[in-house]
Amino acid sequence: MLKIDKLNFSYDDLKVLWDIDLEVHEGEIVSVVGSNGAGKSTTLKNISRLVRPDSGSILFQGEEITKLESHQVVERGIVQVPEGRKIFPEMTVRENLRMGSFIKSAKATRESNMERVFTLFPRLKEREKQLGGTMSGGEQQMLAIGRGLMTNPKLLLLDEPSLGLSPLLVGNIFEIIKEINRQGVTILLVEQNVYQSLRIAHRGYVLETGRVVLSGKGEDLLNDPHVRKAFLGM
Amino acid sequence: MIVFFQSLLSGVLIGGVYALIGIGLTIIFGVMRIINFAHGDIMMIGMYLTYNLFAMAGIDPFLSIAITIPIMFVFGALLQKLFINRVLNALPQNQILLTIGLGLIMSNTMMLIYTSDYKILSTSYSSSSVKLFGISISEPLAISFVITAAITALLYWFFLKTDTGQAIRATAQDREAAQLMGINVKRMSIIAFGLGAALAGTAGALISPTYYIFPQIGSIFTLKAFVITVLGGMGSILGATLGGVIIGVAESMGAVYISSGWKDVVVFVLFLLVLLFKPAGLLGKSRM
Ligand SMILES: Nc1ncnc2c1ncn2[C@@H]1O[C@H](COP(=O)(O)OP(=O)(O)O)[C@@H](O)[C@H]1O
Ligand SMILES: [Mg+2]
Repeated sequence: MLKIDKLNFSYDDLKVLWDIDLEVHEGEIVSVVGSNGAGKSTTLKNISRLVRPDSGSILFQGEEITKLESHQVVERGIVQVPEGRKIFPEMTVRENLRMGSFIKSAKATRESNMERVFTLFPRLKEREKQLGGTMSGGEQQMLAIGRGLMTNPKLLLLDEPSLGLSPLLVGNIFEIIKEINRQGVTILLVEQNVYQSLRIAHRGYVLETGRVVLSGKGEDLLNDPHVRKAFLGM
Repeated sequence: MIVFFQSLLSGVLIGGVYALIGIGLTIIFGVMRIINFAHGDIMMIGMYLTYNLFAMAGIDPFLSIAITIPIMFVFGALLQKLFINRVLNALPQNQILLTIGLGLIMSNTMMLIYTSDYKILSTSYSSSSVKLFGISISEPLAISFVITAAITALLYWFFLKTDTGQAIRATAQDREAAQLMGINVKRMSIIAFGLGAALAGTAGALISPTYYIFPQIGSIFTLKAFVITVLGGMGSILGATLGGVIIGVAESMGAVYISSGWKDVVVFVLFLLVLLFKPAGLLGKSRM
């Protein structure tokens, strides 16, 4: 479904991605793990076309997307829930969700998607009229994911959805990600929470200082001695 | 007492037009984070457009806004597409230079065509007034206020109820997040600048029956628009509406109770007080 081939990227003079190869198949949850500054968010920004790569190709359903504008990538079915939620602070919960269904193909299913999101996150229904900027971190994360779902994504990119959440909510969020995947959405998940994200992943990649150093099945990576030593403290 | 109400009312009426200018500037700032120093000059173009439609085709200035608004929208949209979109990620000083430069080109072009002579657009009702509860109201000011109120209401509806309006607000609140929702932010910027220019141009049209028209009039209004916008909180439409009315009333009261030469001083003292005690603007928020 998504195939990244030898992706290189620099912020001005600082090179942060080196020959990244990464693949996501339809129906999968793929997790990319790595410590802070490894280049996880930068990889997602390249897919969403918020930045332009130095070289390399990104194919989505056979189409080269490094030529597209970011809104066109969304129209193709790739939606990112960015790090730090980035919800619209001066808009209500409902208005935020409405912005999720801005593109033409999502407008038709606006009401039914809204119901779907409210079923997944009943909390958002209660807070429907509250301004996004006044909600707690956990609620904002739910809203950010809900807003992403409003777009009818084929591939959902999630950047550190568990960051800053209480331990109870962290478990919750990973359950919800599994549920979204069960409903037919392919997921590329980027996380520092290595244990949880590899546990729910079909496959995973380990990123270190801008390079893919390991890849494989989620459970195999969890049992890998390097991963256990570097990320799980075992 | 009648003098008080008289000046309060005419302040509110002219404040409505100021609000239009301020709202235009604040929309542009909100979406692009750019201060449009050509704003008053765009308004000036609207004045000349109105003047010409009146002088050449005999179209009433309040009717000709139906022509002025779309022309000014396209003018603003083109400015954004051709110039401003290219400096969105540039240093602030470069952005300032660009908009100042565009404003200079506009005023000098008009000077070449029309010289710096003052033009007067005088209609049959330019100096007539209507009486209401013993207060006399300038007729052109009253008409322009009604039009202003209608346009402002339409604008609020657009930003709160339509998808495009909401998308413009979303772009102003978080440009990157808007992109991730599939919003074409460059297109939204073009619409936003078009709207800002249309509002400035409309304000120019509305005051043309009561003001002298000359190529340099823009700079006064750029300054005024800036004061209004800062007063209300940069980027807040509600704030700019409020700011416009406050400035209108302050000017009018200043002219009556101090002297007409001092009305600008009153405005700037008010401006400094707000900056001192409420630096984020009266409403204290800076987002659309
Ligand atoms: N906007 C930016 N400008 C310059 N350098 C950046 C920028 N964003 C991130 N970086 C750098 O790029 C590297 C990768 O960052 P990032 O992709 O955010 O890592 P991660 O998401 O894995 O924590 C880091 O060294 C970071 O300092
Ligand atoms: Mg990151």
